[in-house]
Amino acid sequence: MTAEVEETIKRIQSQKGVQGIIIVNAEGIPIKSTLDNSSTVQYAGNVHQLLMKARGMVRDIDPQNDLTFLRVRSKKNEIMIAPGVKTI
Amino acid sequence: KLLSFQEGCYKPIVFVDQMAIHFELEGNLVHKESDEGRRLMAKQAEVDDGGGVERPDNVAIKAAKREQKLTNQFNFNERASQTLNNTPRVRGPTGYISEVLQLRWLSKKYDLTDFNSGIQKMTCILFSSRMRLISKVVKIIERMVNQNIFDDVAQDFMYFEDASDEFRGEKGTLLPLWTFQYDKAKSLSVTALCWNHKYNDLFAVGLGSHEFTQQGGGMLLFYTLKNPSYPEFIFNTASGVMCLDIHEHLSYLVAVGLYDGCVAVYNLKKKTDQPIYNSRASSGKHTSAVMQVKWQKDDLDSNHNFISVSADGRLVSWTLVKHELVFTEIIKLPVIDTIPDDLKDVIPTVGTSLDFHKQKDYSFLVGTEHGKIHKGSKYYSSKFLEKYDAHFMNVTRVKWNPFHPDVFISCGWDWMVKIWDQTMKSPVFTFELKTSVTDVAWAPYSSTVFAAVTTDGKVHVFDLNINKYEALCQQKVVSKKTKLFNIEFNPVHPIIIVGDDRGHVTSLKLSPNLRKKPKVGDALILCIGLQ
Repeated sequence: MTAEVEETIKRIQSQKGVQGIIIVNAEGIPIKSTLDNSSTVQYAGNVHQLLMKARGMVRDIDPQNDLTFLRVRSKKNEIMIAPGVKTI
Repeated sequence: KLLSFQEGCYKPIVFVDQMAIHFELEGNLVHKESDEGRRLMAKQAEVDDGGGVERPDNVAIKAAKREQKLTNQFNFNERASQTLNNTPRVRGPTGYISEVLQLRWLSKKYDLTDFNSGIQKMTCILFSSRMRLISKVVKIIERMVNQNIFDDVAQDFMYFEDASDEFRGEKGTLLPLWTFQYDKAKSLSVTALCWNHKYNDLFAVGLGSHEFTQQGGGMLLFYTLKNPSYPEFIFNTASGVMCLDIHEHLSYLVAVGLYDGCVAVYNLKKKTDQPIYNSRASSGKHTSAVMQVKWQKDDLDSNHNFISVSADGRLVSWTLVKHELVFTEIIKLPVIDTIPDDLKDVIPTVGTSLDFHKQKDYSFLVGTEHGKIHKGSKYYSSKFLEKYDAHFMNVTRVKWNPFHPDVFISCGWDWMVKIWDQTMKSPVFTFELKTSVTDVAWAPYSSTVFAAVTTDGKVHVFDLNINKYEALCQQKVVSKKTKLFNIEFNPVHPIIIVGDDRGHVTSLKLSPNLRKKPKVGDALILCIGLQ
């Protein structure tokens, strides 16, 4: 992972209110995380399906469109999910 | 049932309380109707059928036999009898492929985590199929996090309109929005600001020092309103940046003028933090600080070019030819009369500001340190067309009005802001602000609105259509003893940015009273006519 990306991740992690950051690959397996293992796995496993659904919905409505990001706000916290751009 | 050797068969025996066993022998004969016996017989039958029987039958038999298979009584533990083992907590970042397998195994076991209640917490999850796409995704996440943190500011920026302006008469206010600062630029002062015309949320900040005695390095930073906490682009320069300009059409080309007389051109598309062109080595470079740079239209050979004015009194045009900057002298500022003849070549007239006309782009104005403004044309290289005695001290900014073809504004250290008609020798309007005026800018939405900043940290906004004598807003926007040096209006949004001597850039939203668009034709002509 490049230094620039590492630095950005550090910056995000240092912002007030950020609990953790997880990087997941296309198959849904977490490759980097600042949370503990069990939380990471829990998040990654659950979020993957939701993301696929959301993306499918966006593309269904307009095939030229694509999902930029997804926010899930709950009573206690907020989960922000950004999918990578799929190259053809 | 016990086996009776005497009779050769199994006989039922009654167990009595008082029964004493004298002799016990474990035998290897099994009653054929007991469980074990049945099992053994089935096994025997299977072995007999071993050869020559068709496959499906065999499988069927095997399947039937599997049903009867019993669990091993010695090392099988029924699931219900097991205790739940909590997975060991491993804190800290993981991240290498060898641990992916461990995670996969762990994913089968779930653990109860307790979410901390209280302040809003954010967890960010990024998906990426490849390493290099991660940088883009991480950027999106950073912007989302910033959007959350500065949520109230973003809402104000988009939607807040000060309703109390109706009751305030003609006065207006400035609402502070984001503040942009970079910790490595703490000791530097903002010297130049420029909005990007293509991407209306991106602006450039030049950092350096105005003091002669405090010269060090400089920086060129780019910020976007979408990420107020960290600059998008960072460039370090050898000497303080004094001015900058972003090309109108190719918004990735930035021309920068430095304190040591160099000019440089940066290309934002390139990943390097070195300029693509630099006038360090070339001849014709300025011998003194470059005070203003302005991009021009491409020349006849379709080369990009820009013009710079410097403290050594020369206006030079630089053309980007292949890999170098080619200079062309445009004109030299006339020396003032009080200098004796023999020193005329030595002591230059310091040019401090430069602006080109919007429509007739051969016509330009140059402000000098002595308070004079010279109007010139690119076609006349020997002398200037007109001279205006503008100020008693340094002219800090001169700008053409973007709507009216004859009007320009100037400001200087002599506390004055003056509005001129180029056909007249004396100013049309004069305003006195209580301290040195460091910058002035016309609003892009109205020909009669302009704003000025002064060294006491105040922003003054005027609308000549509404009030010809005083400002609609005079507001202090920075903490005490901080001087403001630059101001720029956003071309699209109703915000202004101001730069101060601490290296901070503050963005402010204009209240509705300051944004009134003139209804009648060209309001400025009417104002000037009435004067």
